[in-house]
Amino acid sequence: MSGLSRDEVAHVAHLARLHLSEDELTTFTEQLGQVLAHAADLQSLDLTGVPPTAHPFDLRNVVRPDVVGESLDPAEVLAEAPDAEDGRFAVPRILGEDL
Amino acid sequence: MNAIDLAARVRRGEVTASTALAESLSAIDARNDELNVFLHVDRDGAEARARAVDDAVAAGRDPGPLAGVPVALKDNLCTRGVPTTASSRILEGWRPPYTATVVERLVAAGAVPVGKTNLDEFAMGSSTETSAFGPTRNPLDPERVPGGSSGGSAASVAAGMASLALGSDTGGSIRQPAALCGIVGVKPTYGLVSRYGLIAFASSLDQIGPFARSVADAALCLEVIAGHDPRDTTSLPEPAPSLVSHLDDGVAGRRVGLVSELVEGADADVVAQVERAAAALEAAGARVVRLSIPELRLGLSAYYLIAPAEASSNLARYDGVRYGRRVAADELGAMNEATRTLGFGDEVKRRIMLGTYALSAGYYDAYYGQALKVRTRMIEAFRQAYEQVDLLLGATAPSVAFRFGEKTANPLAMYLSDVFTIPTNLAGEAAVSVPFGTGAAGLPIGVQLLGPGRSEARLLAAARVLEVAS
Repeated sequence: MSGLSRDEVAHVAHLARLHLSEDELTTFTEQLGQVLAHAADLQSLDLTGVPPTAHPFDLRNVVRPDVVGESLDPAEVLAEAPDAEDGRFAVPRILGEDL
Repeated sequence: MNAIDLAARVRRGEVTASTALAESLSAIDARNDELNVFLHVDRDGAEARARAVDDAVAAGRDPGPLAGVPVALKDNLCTRGVPTTASSRILEGWRPPYTATVVERLVAAGAVPVGKTNLDEFAMGSSTETSAFGPTRNPLDPERVPGGSSGGSAASVAAGMASLALGSDTGGSIRQPAALCGIVGVKPTYGLVSRYGLIAFASSLDQIGPFARSVADAALCLEVIAGHDPRDTTSLPEPAPSLVSHLDDGVAGRRVGLVSELVEGADADVVAQVERAAAALEAAGARVVRLSIPELRLGLSAYYLIAPAEASSNLARYDGVRYGRRVAADELGAMNEATRTLGFGDEVKRRIMLGTYALSAGYYDAYYGQALKVRTRMIEAFRQAYEQVDLLLGATAPSVAFRFGEKTANPLAMYLSDVFTIPTNLAGEAAVSVPFGTGAAGLPIGVQLLGPGRSEARLLAAARVLEVAS
């Protein structure tokens, strides 16, 4: 048992900017708990001293020559945005902002 | 017709690309309503490309090794000006301002992209049932799933709607649907194929690869799309390997490990075909030994922490600001939340929340950190196995194609569909699924050949042996 609580799922949903109904909260708490319970087999392993692998091979500091290349057409990009104004993405009011 | 023969005939002027395209479009028209394979068919674009190939041939120019070959593209590959959704409502109607490198390379080789295929939403699933636009049906039995997440791409090739297709494989999303649809699927070495223009799911695992009706076609397609791309910083700094020229290398003298963890829990009909494949490889001169790699059992747990963790970060970009749909609200935070709540389906939400949890303060070490260490152990276990053998053999999926709804109520049961394919992604290595015999209800079974990084030539030669023996 993972011990994942309803409150924790609600908190995680908030962090991920998702709104859950009461029913969804119940379902997701149960389903996520099952997956985490399955993952409990990892917690019993002694992996002291084992280095983590975040990436399958060791590529570091991949750089390219600093030359001007082709860029995306700003008009084409903005045409696909939900809202744009004066060559910029437009968004609704940010909380607390005075207009 | 297979891709190699078709391209050869188009290059010799014996058949036109336009004729080949017309056949492909007529196969799509005949069954797409029933099977829901393509989300978008790019008729005008495809016809223009086919004409360009035909004009080149008429002018005495060589259009390339895939001249006139109709190809299908998983709808998580960006195509400039052509709708690209990742099967999510949140991207519905979006037309990317750029084209994925793999698509540019196919076109440069003379191929004709016909359209965008259905997938599990953001490639998260094993059946296409999480697509926001309805599931794809398996062309071999429309009551069953085609597998996933690249189910539409697999179905397009199996149904003769395209000669080749591209998919992406994060935990088995090319190999498992290839197995369930009775075709060949390749998960290339991490970094071999550019991901520029692939909509990201889990960036340390995602890799693009081909679907084909023959091993030779898969090899040719992979040669065309592989090789360094400066636009993908994770792409291996080396040219595409030579694969077609090694297809007939055979397996004489090769050591093959039949891995008990890669058949454990599989249905009896699947295990029987893996055993028969081992015998076929032996008959062709390979030496088969039985191996146990216990670390592979940890793959599923590690994967379902690592992949969601990366997804939770990658999918943070869908906030209703720059592309896709926006659900209006009078304040920015409320708009972000409303857009994501209505734009994402349940499976995507589950994985985002799982990943957010695994990365959150207080749980990071216990979940994500521990999974990364398990990944190190798995890479080491594979390395040790490859000191004893040249290739590994196992099942691709635990069963033949399953029925709709069979696994949707229990996410963990669905995740188990990928138990044999996940370890290759965690290790960044290569694997091929090749159809070998049939099982329950006469449905195809895929066997999986696994090798270390950059072993594609060896794997495809072995797959070719199985193709001939099946």
